[in-house]
Amino acid sequence: MSTPSSGSSPARITSEVVAKVAKLSSLHLSDDELALMTTQLSGMLDHFADIDKLDLSNVAPLAQPFPLKNVFREDVVVAGLDRDEVLAAAPAAEDGRFRVPPSLGLGEQ
Amino acid sequence: MSNASSAPQHSTELPNGWEMVVGLEVHVELDTKTKLFSASPNRFGDEPNTNIDPVTLGLPGALPVLNKQAVELAIRLGLALNCTVQPSTFHRKNYFYQDMPKAYQISQYDQPINIDGFMMLPGDVRIGIERAHLEEDTGKSTHIGGTSGRIHGSDYSLVDFNRAGVPLVEIVSRPDIRNSDQARQYVAELRSILLAVGASDAKMEEGSMRCDVNVSVRKPGAEFGTRCEIKNVNSIRAVGKAIDYEARRQIDVLESGGTIRQETRHWDDSEGRTHTLRTKEDADDYRYFLEPDLVLLDPDQEWIESIRASLPMLPAARRAQLATLTGANKESESVYVIVERGQDDYVSAVAQAGGDAARALVYVQQAFAEEGATPKVAASDIATLTQMERDAKITATQAKTILSEMVANGGGDPVAIASAKGFEALDTSAVEAMVDAAIAQQADAWAKYCAGEEKAMGALVGAIMKASQGKADGKVVTAILQARRAK
Repeated sequence: MSTPSSGSSPARITSEVVAKVAKLSSLHLSDDELALMTTQLSGMLDHFADIDKLDLSNVAPLAQPFPLKNVFREDVVVAGLDRDEVLAAAPAAEDGRFRVPPSLGLGEQ
Repeated sequence: MSNASSAPQHSTELPNGWEMVVGLEVHVELDTKTKLFSASPNRFGDEPNTNIDPVTLGLPGALPVLNKQAVELAIRLGLALNCTVQPSTFHRKNYFYQDMPKAYQISQYDQPINIDGFMMLPGDVRIGIERAHLEEDTGKSTHIGGTSGRIHGSDYSLVDFNRAGVPLVEIVSRPDIRNSDQARQYVAELRSILLAVGASDAKMEEGSMRCDVNVSVRKPGAEFGTRCEIKNVNSIRAVGKAIDYEARRQIDVLESGGTIRQETRHWDDSEGRTHTLRTKEDADDYRYFLEPDLVLLDPDQEWIESIRASLPMLPAARRAQLATLTGANKESESVYVIVERGQDDYVSAVAQAGGDAARALVYVQQAFAEEGATPKVAASDIATLTQMERDAKITATQAKTILSEMVANGGGDPVAIASAKGFEALDTSAVEAMVDAAIAQQADAWAKYCAGEEKAMGALVGAIMKASQGKADGKVVTAILQARRAK
């Protein structure tokens, strides 16, 4: 991969951190993929570091790039999706519900 | 029923000067017609997966749009909890689990809608509210196979997404709670406020109000200890029991030289204990980031003030008003119960119809448990009944009998009922004569009573009540007997 402009700076993220983020996302990365992701994410962080160097003291924090706020929907029911149709598209279903493998570890109960 | 606000249980002292520090996180489902970010129904108890849509299922390209009514209810609740309503944003809380098909929950993170509120508990105890923020509920998993439907050892899970996307407000208290009584009072008062402002039906048994409890222990004045979070606390009673159990567990660990691990524990109500659910090693790394599909929520001041103006009188104010009217203590059980039932207006109507407010409070508490906020019996008839008892035209026992009949028949004229039952006041001289007769007949009992054997009075009173066919006022009889003995 091409290195970012400030090429001599140390790596901003370690492969251990990338491996942890991948695990939290339930992504399985090969060693090659892990190296590639580490380089790419490090490059992105270099870019943020460049932005950090700018004097932004006169710029208000921006929650959203859109010049919009308070976009609402009225509280009115609209028909949704048909259960049978949706469940037919699922890998497995039982008793009107999605059937999934037992899940342990990272999730909430 | 969970009207535990006034249940007279008391937590026992912790041993060796330990103090508990408790904070509560309460999730409540908002009483909207539709979900937080999509137009499927928000309805408990429907057939599984019948209230689903592309947003609920996290289908590619589906975009969330915020429900205005959910925002309004969140603001109502925030104002009722004395919070500041501020501009807020939504974040994605990322975690990978079957009840969240998007692999993230949309929640509010560093800019929640309501901050810095408080609630007052009996004894002028002030519990801070750190925040009350909007978020979406998750789907519901049922674990099949293995033992007893628990996730551990199950063969597979079935998922229903009807609940996914239902609007929630999570109310986070400050760690200001110091015993399990306060924790129960906090949850009960929060429930009353939710019902009063119409934000939620707050049914703990249906899961529309759910408590997580953070508990740590320390010696007073010391730094906060390591805390454990207890989940699955599904009734007000269980809140108290779980806290008392967990504080003692932590004290035992510390006093035997151990340390407390920060972890999430599960309350088992049937066993009355907590179990480790998971340790906090990696579960809390949710990689929050701003939800790019939603814009800033910035309710204008006019909207906030119109919501504030539409708030009903809150339970605390209603209790104070009822206490003033009836002369009862504002922290007494009867005042709590009547306001929780919404019958304080009725007691007030009885008083306005010329009734005795203090007696009305007692009558309504005792006889109207099954009635709603507007009992069928006319307030003016209850007013008459309180007058009859107050003016000693009938005894307390007779009043109770008449009241039962009025409630059973959905109303009735207490004067007519009294007359039909032959209830009439006995004048004092008639009662005096009966007392004389009883003393003559029960000379033994009278002698014992005069010798200081209080129990002996029972036989005398019994004889007099029998002679009067229940028309004598027990209190009057007792007073006459006491006066005679004192001579």
